[in-house]
This record gives sequence, C-alpha cells and structure tokens, in this order.
Amino acid sequence: MAKRKRLEQAPKELLPFLSRRGFLKAAGVTGVAATTVGFSSALAGCSTSSADVVWSNWTAYMDVDDDGNFVTLNKFSEATGLTVEYPEDYSDNDEFWAEVLPLLESGESTGRDIVSPTDWMAARWIKLGYAQELNKANIPNAQNLIPELSNPAFDPGRVYTMPWQSGYGGLGWNKALLQEAIGTSDMTTVDQLFDSRLAGRVVLLSEMRDTMGVVLAWQGADPTNFTSDEFYAAIDFLQSKVDDGHIQNFMGNEYLQPLEQGDLVAVLGWSGDLVQLGEDFGFNLPETRGNLWTDNLLIPVGAANKENAEKLIDWYYQPEIAAELAAWVNYITPVVGAKEAAIEIDPELAENPLIFPTEADLAKTFIFKELTDAEEQEYSSAWQKLLGN
Amino acid sequence: MAVTTRSKRIKTAYLLLIPGFAWLFFFFFFPLGSLLATSLKRPLGDSPEAGFAYALQFSNYSQAIAEYWPFYVRAFTFAAIATVFCLLLAYPISYYMAFKAKKYKYLMLVLIVAPFFASFLLRTNAWKTILSSEGAVVGFLNFLGVLPQERILSTSFAVILGLIYNFLPFMILPLFISLDKIDKRLLEAAGDLYATGNQRFWKIVWPLSIPGIVSGTILTFIPASGDYINAELLGGISDKMIGNVIQSQFIILRNYPQASALSFTLMAIVLVFLYLYLRKIGTKELL
Repeated sequence: MAKRKRLEQAPKELLPFLSRRGFLKAAGVTGVAATTVGFSSALAGCSTSSADVVWSNWTAYMDVDDDGNFVTLNKFSEATGLTVEYPEDYSDNDEFWAEVLPLLESGESTGRDIVSPTDWMAARWIKLGYAQELNKANIPNAQNLIPELSNPAFDPGRVYTMPWQSGYGGLGWNKALLQEAIGTSDMTTVDQLFDSRLAGRVVLLSEMRDTMGVVLAWQGADPTNFTSDEFYAAIDFLQSKVDDGHIQNFMGNEYLQPLEQGDLVAVLGWSGDLVQLGEDFGFNLPETRGNLWTDNLLIPVGAANKENAEKLIDWYYQPEIAAELAAWVNYITPVVGAKEAAIEIDPELAENPLIFPTEADLAKTFIFKELTDAEEQEYSSAWQKLLGN
Repeated sequence: MAVTTRSKRIKTAYLLLIPGFAWLFFFFFFPLGSLLATSLKRPLGDSPEAGFAYALQFSNYSQAIAEYWPFYVRAFTFAAIATVFCLLLAYPISYYMAFKAKKYKYLMLVLIVAPFFASFLLRTNAWKTILSSEGAVVGFLNFLGVLPQERILSTSFAVILGLIYNFLPFMILPLFISLDKIDKRLLEAAGDLYATGNQRFWKIVWPLSIPGIVSGTILTFIPASGDYINAELLGGISDKMIGNVIQSQFIILRNYPQASALSFTLMAIVLVFLYLYLRKIGTKELL
C-alpha cells in the first residue's frame, strides 16, 4: 500500500521522481521501463529468470546501504547460496493486478515467485485461486508472527500469505505551516484537516480504503462494517469538499513532494512516509481512528521456485533481520522479538511507536471492511468519480 | 517486352507492400477489431474476474457518452487551446530557424529535439518543482496578484501548460521543414518587384507554410486530446481529461467494455474532426 524512499540518499530534485509511486504508475502504463536501483532489474512480464527466486515488491521497501545494496537480501543470498531477483515493480495494487491477470487467467506463470499485495488485494488473489498454499515446514520462523496479524478474515490461519510490513493511514502535516495557518503545530483530529483555513492546501490518499476508512470513522460509522448509506454520505461530504476547493487533490506517494515543498499543509498520508520526512513533519492517528493496513507476501500459482520463496519468507521472520529492516523502512514489523533485537541496534528505534506500536496505538486503528465483488465494483466506481475520473 | 517489364514492376510494387500491410494488419487492424469487439461485450458477473462475453451491447456506447461527455469536451478544449498556443509559439521559432538562424539552424534543431532524450514523465514531473507554490514562478505571480487560486499546480492552467510544453516540438518540426523548403529566390523576386516585407510574408511564406501548419496541428492536437499524463501529474480533481477516464476504467475498475467504448468514441470523434479539417483545408496542401 505504501512505499517510501530514503530522502537523504540522493539529490532531492531527482530521486523523488524515480521512487514515487506516481512516476512508476505512469511509467507502468505508458510502457516506459522503470529502472530500479541496486541489483534489481526490470522484469519482462513472463520471462523466465535465471535467479533462484524472483520477488516483486514495492519500491524502497528494503534496507539499502550507501552503495545501493540491499543489505538483508544480500545476507540471505550469502547464507543460502540462493540468488534473488528483486524487481521493485509492484507500484500499485490495481496496476500490478491488471498486468498479471491475463497471465494468471491463461494459466501461464507470472514470472514471479513472490508478490506483495495489500490485504484487500491478497484477498482477491486467494479468492480466485491464484495463490499457493504455503508449506509452513519451510517457514519455521512463521511462529514469530505477531498474534494480531495471524488470523485475518481474508486468510484465516495465514494459509496463503505472510505479512511483510504494516502501516497506518492517518494525519500528516507540515508543522511550521500548520502553526502559521491554525496556530498549533499538532494535528490530532480529522476536523482540523477540514479546517477552512487550510482550504486548497490539503491532499487525501487516492487509495479508497485509506481515505474512506478515516472519513467513515470520523463521521461515526464503523469502517469495518458500514452501510451503503454511510459510504455515500462520506462520499457526498468529500465531494462537497472537492467542490468548495478545500481538497486540492487525491494522490498516492506523490503527495510527498508537494508536502515537502510547502505546497501542502496537511495530508491523509502513510506513517512511514511522514517519519521519513523528518522532524519538521508530523504523523498522528486521528482520535477517531486511522487505517491499519498490511502488505503481504504471497506465492502466485505457476511460481517456478516455491520452496526458495518460502525460504526467503522464512528469512525475514528472524527477529534480527526484521529489526534491521524495520530500522530502515520505518513501518510496523510483524515479527515477535524484533523489538528486543532492535534495542541492540538502537534503543531509540525500539521506542518508536510507529514501528513497534503499543496496545493503545493499535486500539486507535481499524482494518477496512472486506467488500463483496458487487460492493467493490460499485464503491470503486463512486470513488473514481470523486477523484474526477 | 514492354508488357512484361510493366507487370514485373507491378509485382515488385506489391511485394514491397507486403511488410507494410502485414504490419498494419497485425498491429493496427487486428487490435482495432479486438477493441471494437471488446467495446460491445457484456459482463458475466459482479466482478471483472467473472469475465465478459461477446455480445452486441451498444448500450456501452450510449452509457459511455451520456456519462462522460464532459470529459471529451474538456479534452478537446484543452487540446485545442494547447494547439493554438503551440502554433503561436512555434511559428516565430521555426521562421527564425528557417530564414535567420543560418549556421545556427541545425544547432537550434538539435536543441529543440534535445528534451526528447529525457523521459516524458521526468520532464512533466519537473514542472511540479518549477510550478511549486513555494517556488519563484508562483511566488512572483502571487506578488503581482494575478493567480486566482494562488497556485498553478492542480489547475487547468498547469495541464494546458504541460500539454503545450510537451507537444511544442511536434509543431516546430513540420513547420520548420515546410518553411525551410521555401525557395528563397521567390522572396528575392518579390523584393525586386517592390513587395513589402508584409506582402512577402502573407503572399509567399504563409501560403507555402500551410502544409507545415496542417501537419503540425494534427500532430499536436490528436495526441494532446488523448493525453492523460499531464492531467494526472499537473492537474487537479476537476481537470481530468478523457484519457484519465479511460485509464481508470481500464486499469482500476477493469471495466474493459466501457473503456473500449470510450476509446473507440474518442477515435471516432478525432477522425470526424480530422476529416472536416482536411476537407476544409484540402489534402493537396499536405503534399
């Protein structure tokens, strides 16, 4: 669902275009090859790879050293002797799906051994029978999965998927500009986001579940179980805020650039993104609750190297590796013991509630309702209309 | 003897046509037919994964047009404005290159083509930084107080600006070629006959540059009306063009019949425009 990048690693003027979803999204559609850093390579749809395992992941979702090497991934190759091809071409749930669906439908291999869909998209893979059951014998560390994520509605008992990282959809803002606009540098409620003094300098997420979940919860509906009327009431409200110019736009990771540039005061954004922007920016779960999402690891049918893929999944369920990764990506790790391991790396890191949330933090979140096919089509259409499409 | 030579010649001509026709068949007619067939399909269930069946569902078209006609209007309006501005900007540049630049002509040509070496997306994204509200451009314009929304990004203006920027070379190149082809002796002759500079331009240069204007406007208007990148990256919620709708219908909602019907309608409208335009101007001008 959310990707981010390390801003300090490259000139700001250049890197944002290369790593943000907006660019990749457009690149994917127009067929311009999106080049990735490090040893990942562009992957043609159904090519057979010489690597021992091929993993399509979101961009900047892996720890990188100063030379652009993926540290924990290289360690895996050293430890197991397996080579990994790691194209960062999972730039958007819908677009990746549109790309691989024809292959899946015709029974061909997608050329990937692991893909990284968000919960709702993983649910679709499983429901249509395009996910392979994981052989837990090859993933002994699966026992380290945190209990909160071990029994999701779309995959009870985690038969087909293992979580990669989780994160929040919530309030993000530029502290100085917020202070200037409404006299406080802290944002805790959705009401503040719709404060008329921020008119035209607010961007919401273009992912339906993130924005609608937060707005539904704020309007007193239950995002885990709302009615159609409640959904449309929220859409109508947002439409009125689009019409009066309060909402400037809906974006994916592309909101980072204007937020950083000072074009925007506040956004509905993703936790890891805002952490990455540094001290001048804030992130909070709204008092009325924010969205908790998880990106998952899933082995598609037709994967050539299932066992290797399982070994790779297992690798990331070692607490030390998970901690090393979390230190870089700033998202919630699903691995028990990672916190203890993180203390070894950096005690401050282990205190970061955005990486190691407390019970109280998690109580301020919800997981968006699972939609039926008919609801999905209907709501997505309404959502696309709101987005101006 | 003469007959055999002629029939041989004809045979060679046909043989030479084969690759072109094969190309057109596989990469133009075949996809076009497939698009047409898809545009008439009907859904088999609630989700796109349930699939679509071949049918003759013409309501896909009426629905597409009824619901999305404002996006066509917006796309053609933006494209038309962009084309006019491209022409206004391109003509003096091409004129200068063809008649005045002399030895710098080819250097200028290279400079005009140079942006193509960077990705279209990167160049469009770069405008986001240039037009940032905290940047110098918007800062200055706000100082003058001429921006109604106090910003440029996420406005129609930004989208049209992006279109002009991205398609300008497509206007300059054909214009330059037709201006460069003009026999300079015609101008000398006109001068000898006491034609003023104005007369020389309107009686000689302008008429002879019309083929360039026609191809330039076509090369600019058609891709601009189907463009969605500029609206996606530079525009706001109410600046989306028909290309954005087709993209969202195809990729996100996966409503393939609807998306195909929208694409086909776009193509049909452009063809009608093109036909009317060329009939008015006359295709012989293109030669």
